[in-house]
Amino acid sequence: MIGMAISIALLLFAVAMLLATWRLLQGPDILDRVLALETLYTNAIAVVILLGLKFATQLYFEAALLMAMLGFIGTVVTARFVGRGDLIDHD
Amino acid sequence: MTAAELPRWLEILISGMLLLGGFTAVLGALGLVRFRTFFTRLHAPTKTSTLGIGGVLLGSIVYLSWISDLAVIHQVLIAMFVFMTAPISAHQMAKAMLDANPEMRPPLPGTTEAQAPRHEEGEAGDQAGSGSNRRSQD
Repeated sequence: MIGMAISIALLLFAVAMLLATWRLLQGPDILDRVLALETLYTNAIAVVILLGLKFATQLYFEAALLMAMLGFIGTVVTARFVGRGDLIDHD
Repeated sequence: MTAAELPRWLEILISGMLLLGGFTAVLGALGLVRFRTFFTRLHAPTKTSTLGIGGVLLGSIVYLSWISDLAVIHQVLIAMFVFMTAPISAHQMAKAMLDANPEMRPPLPGTTEAQAPRHEEGEAGDQAGSGSNRRSQD
């Protein structure tokens, strides 16, 4: 039963990632694309954790943690660069 | 897989948590696709990063703790990190959008559209404020 629940949850996250990819390709503004990429990162963390559950291993935990950190840094840096043109205040 | 050792109620609990996370992720992505303005679209995927990630991580904590007879709480690290950083990145994106087009900024409460305080510091802001502005205090 848990194996089936994991598979259904993986399918739901795949659907969510497809919808976010539509917004990534479609987005009228560049920040929409940044937001879609952040949603893809969040969903990918959950997919990695679900795969770790499916294979009953804890090796995937570090991958999920790294993806959380890199997704946050990428989103903040891209949003700052789009918003003000540089990353570090020069005053 | 040692799923046969799990009691029935625990299987139902873990499956419910995982499915709750999946449905929340679909809802957040659906909002990301369907909403009209950028700020409403910014609102929708935060459900994914709290309830979606939280449900999956809770299910994973309970399941791995049960089958390994230890308290496996590594996933709390991911949950805390995601919960702390999601508002920061959303704030940065909203600030970038408002900096790029300032006409999307709503007027302050108590002011009409005409006397909304400008961003440029200058004479126009002082006259439009006319006593209710904070610059008149000095």
